[in-house]
Amino acid sequence: MADALTALTPSDLAAWLRRSSTLLAEHVSALNELDAAIGDADHGSNMKRGFAAVVTALDAEEFADIPALMKKVGMTLVSSVGGASGPLYGTFFLRLGTSQPGATQLDAADLLAALRAGVGGIEQRGKATVGEKTMLDAWAPALDAFEQASTGEDASDLAAAVRAGAEGAEQGREATTPLQASKGRASYLGERSIGHVDPGAASTALLWQALAETVAGQEGSA
Amino acid sequence: MTGIVVVSHSRALAEAAADLALQMVRDGAPRIEIAAGIEEPGGGTALGTDAAAISAAIEAAADDQGVVVLMDLGSAILSAQTALEFLDPELEGRVHLTFAPLVEGLVGAVVTAASGADADDVAGQAEIAVEAKRLQLGV
Repeated sequence: MADALTALTPSDLAAWLRRSSTLLAEHVSALNELDAAIGDADHGSNMKRGFAAVVTALDAEEFADIPALMKKVGMTLVSSVGGASGPLYGTFFLRLGTSQPGATQLDAADLLAALRAGVGGIEQRGKATVGEKTMLDAWAPALDAFEQASTGEDASDLAAAVRAGAEGAEQGREATTPLQASKGRASYLGERSIGHVDPGAASTALLWQALAETVAGQEGSA
Repeated sequence: MTGIVVVSHSRALAEAAADLALQMVRDGAPRIEIAAGIEEPGGGTALGTDAAAISAAIEAAADDQGVVVLMDLGSAILSAQTALEFLDPELEGRVHLTFAPLVEGLVGAVVTAASGADADDVAGQAEIAVEAKRLQLGV
């Protein structure tokens, strides 16, 4: 096992995206089934296609800095996902990049600021807030847990803080089950949307799992 | 002449809607650009919308009278809004995203654009197109 990372370079972030692509492909059926319950049954297929396109883009090019990488990732996702998660995750990565002009690495504080900027983009694009059974219900507890673990006198190292974030995302994903959707296609179902995990929250939890594994060095950063 | 962009999950749906609307204007039709479906890696198209393709379609349809964008539902709306971010701000200010229903709205938009109306009027006529249907049904 490689050493845990203390800051993230473009190649570390690329490793995160590659690991995300693998996890999304492994969970394609599960994500489609979650979406079948409350939507149009394509969230897994859409995310798999989008992140496969991201991996193709990563294979084709080296990125000098984090904004350049994230612009490519965001533009690839808005063009290749196809569903609402395309503009939402696409805007997330575009904002993440533009929030760190010229950056070539992100420490814990930078990463927190960058992720918060990205999530601000999701809120703006989706006109959603926490509690509406969307991916924000996984992002918000993940960011809060990551912030709590990475700041203050007894701050954890980056790997432990990101793991705390990933646990927050999982809890947030599970907590979408009793919620009634008021955004997206699930909102057409009204009360019938209650009792199912939100697929967008589930894919967000997978991105956090991939980030935790990458920072821990379990997947390397080649 | 005001340009028109049709955004749909389905390329077939967008092309058929455009054909239907263009029946109304044999001469002097406005420019209609289609951004519909997404490219599959192995070739072919899948159901979905592509914000970069929408911004390219808006640029292609652009005219000094502006552009009206009609869309179907769900991600078409989010993708159209995202596409505005990729445009030159001067052009973005002349683009109208309209809530008009796709088929009825497109017919209203095409006829109105062909008359030389600006984008405000074209969007406005698209948005009341459903009213003509309501009156015909007498409901």
